[in-house]
Amino acid sequence: MKKFFSIMFSVIIALSVFVIPVNANEEVFSKETIEYYKNLGLQGTILNVYNWGEYIDDEELDVVSEFERLTGCDVNYTTFESNENMYSKLSGGGVSYDIIIPSDYMVERLISEEMLLPLDYNNIPNYDKYFDTLKYGHLVGNGISDYAVIYNVGTTILIYNKNMVKEKPDSWKVLWDEQYKGKILMFNNPRDSFAIAQFVLGQSINTTEKVEWDAAAELLMEQRKRVKPEYVMDEVFIKMESGEYAFATYYAGDYELMVENNPDLGFVFPKEGVNTFYDAMCIPSASQNKKGAEAFINFMMEPEVALANAEYIYYATPNKAVLQNDEYSLADSKAVYPKHLKNTQEFHNLPTDTLQYMNSLWMKVKGENDAKGLYIGFFSVIAVVVVIIIANILKKKRMAKYYDV
Amino acid sequence: MTKTSPLSKFYLALVFMFLYAPMIVMMVFSFNGTESTYIFEGFSLQWYEKLFHDKATMDALKNTVVLAVVSAAIATVLGTLAAVGINSMRNKHIKSSVMTVTNIPMMNPEIVTGISMMLLFVFAGVMFNKRDVLGFWTILIAHVTFQLPYVILSVLPKLKQSDNRIYEAAQDLGCPPIQAFFKVVFPAILPGIISGAIMAFTLSLDDFIISYFTNGPDFQTLPIHIFSMTKKRVKPDMYALSTLIFVAMLVLLILMNVAQSRSDKKQRRKQKEES
Repeated sequence: MKKFFSIMFSVIIALSVFVIPVNANEEVFSKETIEYYKNLGLQGTILNVYNWGEYIDDEELDVVSEFERLTGCDVNYTTFESNENMYSKLSGGGVSYDIIIPSDYMVERLISEEMLLPLDYNNIPNYDKYFDTLKYGHLVGNGISDYAVIYNVGTTILIYNKNMVKEKPDSWKVLWDEQYKGKILMFNNPRDSFAIAQFVLGQSINTTEKVEWDAAAELLMEQRKRVKPEYVMDEVFIKMESGEYAFATYYAGDYELMVENNPDLGFVFPKEGVNTFYDAMCIPSASQNKKGAEAFINFMMEPEVALANAEYIYYATPNKAVLQNDEYSLADSKAVYPKHLKNTQEFHNLPTDTLQYMNSLWMKVKGENDAKGLYIGFFSVIAVVVVIIIANILKKKRMAKYYDV
Repeated sequence: MTKTSPLSKFYLALVFMFLYAPMIVMMVFSFNGTESTYIFEGFSLQWYEKLFHDKATMDALKNTVVLAVVSAAIATVLGTLAAVGINSMRNKHIKSSVMTVTNIPMMNPEIVTGISMMLLFVFAGVMFNKRDVLGFWTILIAHVTFQLPYVILSVLPKLKQSDNRIYEAAQDLGCPPIQAFFKVVFPAILPGIISGAIMAFTLSLDDFIISYFTNGPDFQTLPIHIFSMTKKRVKPDMYALSTLIFVAMLVLLILMNVAQSRSDKKQRRKQKEES
């Protein structure tokens, strides 16, 4: 009886996930577009796409399904959450992805390690049609554009709660202000957090001087002592929307997401400068479907697809057709499309020993005060265990006096 | 039975509250009308609708469940056979060293198991000239590997409890060995096999680190899928998914308990009639 029920239920659960209602969308694409993708001859091939989580539209326009429908290709869509983990998956071997979407510095690293294939732009006609080379071409200069097509662009941003912060801030230094103790959220990854300290100190965020990194780490440790910031990534959404935190550092597009749920939030691009970043589509050298990958890149630049993605992700897009589209809701956003930003810097790939040094400094910055509590806890547990053992031994000795044990 | 003091009842309530408060909050917010997680504005089923339209999540869920069922089935069969074999070993030294080796995947930190399996698969892939070796089969092998010790450790005690002489008696009476096993030994160790199977299923559903290292581009499980959302926000349709899984498990457990108590009542009635 038990067995029957368990088996029946696991079958029901297993089957229920196959029940996916299919929504009948009206055709979004023009006849020529449909013909173009149908004639590529990708029917029956497999495409492995490795992208950030929540970084492609699947609500308004299910991009992956539409690509599968138009080309007949079978797409395996998997996701990652950090450049470094994606890199270790790629370099571990044993996997072959056809499309990866790393960030700027990771693209440079992959190119220098010859892990990317050069793109054949004959298969990506939408690039010349829609890519805003004037505005964003410099980001992929130096030959990077031979290997990568920009997917999204963005900057870091300082978000503040208008109810808690009376004057509009203009500098990153406000994150060291003691009156906001316990109400500050910082990036929980080393490069972004160090970049803020490096902007304050006026350094290059790509410096390789150990002295400069030490100074930045000092500044971050001072921040820890003074204001006790919390290091978060996606928790920042819930925390800022709750209205309990005064400042957060995050990415520009995400401000627009947050302000929808909490209109009391404001933003500012601090005067010391912000980091401009981009995520780009690349083809790893282990790819087994280069033609399908280039078709996918081309598809992502279709105006309808780029618009759907831009509306879903909220980051800036380098696709001219999106900005010219009247329906694009973020075209006027000063956060996503800021004008006249000064002192922006981009991340470049750092040499391995600098990266290792940065990581060890980051461990120090984050682990500063926790070590004491850990040691106290550890030794008290050992002390309690020792006391219990001694008490038991003494008890046994006492009992042995009375009984013949 | 001693009377439970109000203090211990209060303590029990406190423990249950700590265990279930996060689940209850999540369940309440899965019906939230807006995306916020601290203001409840209006009851709505929108997240459940969005969940079923989210192809990536549904795929990940299907993958996770299929993997758990298949790997638990294989691990249970292999583990039971292994336990029977270990139990009938005569040489004490070989028996204890086999037991030690069996316990290694259980004692190993998961990250060590995960990385070493990935390296093994990549090495095997290079030997057989297959560039993209990681996929469903590698993650299945990895899951069966770490589930085996738990199954063996569930079945062995039951085997030790059961009497070997009944098995020999069955053979004396003319039963071929395999039939004797299925008719005599198997029903006796069935509770151990079932608890081993359930444990294997749960471990596989739950596993993150080993799956992370051994999965491939064509097979992503639910924990990895949810983890990859940690740069952008985790959408509330995840709450809907967790609520559904929780409710499914709850119903399953309730049914199992009902079935168990029914069979217990039957047994007690039988014993009463016999005495």
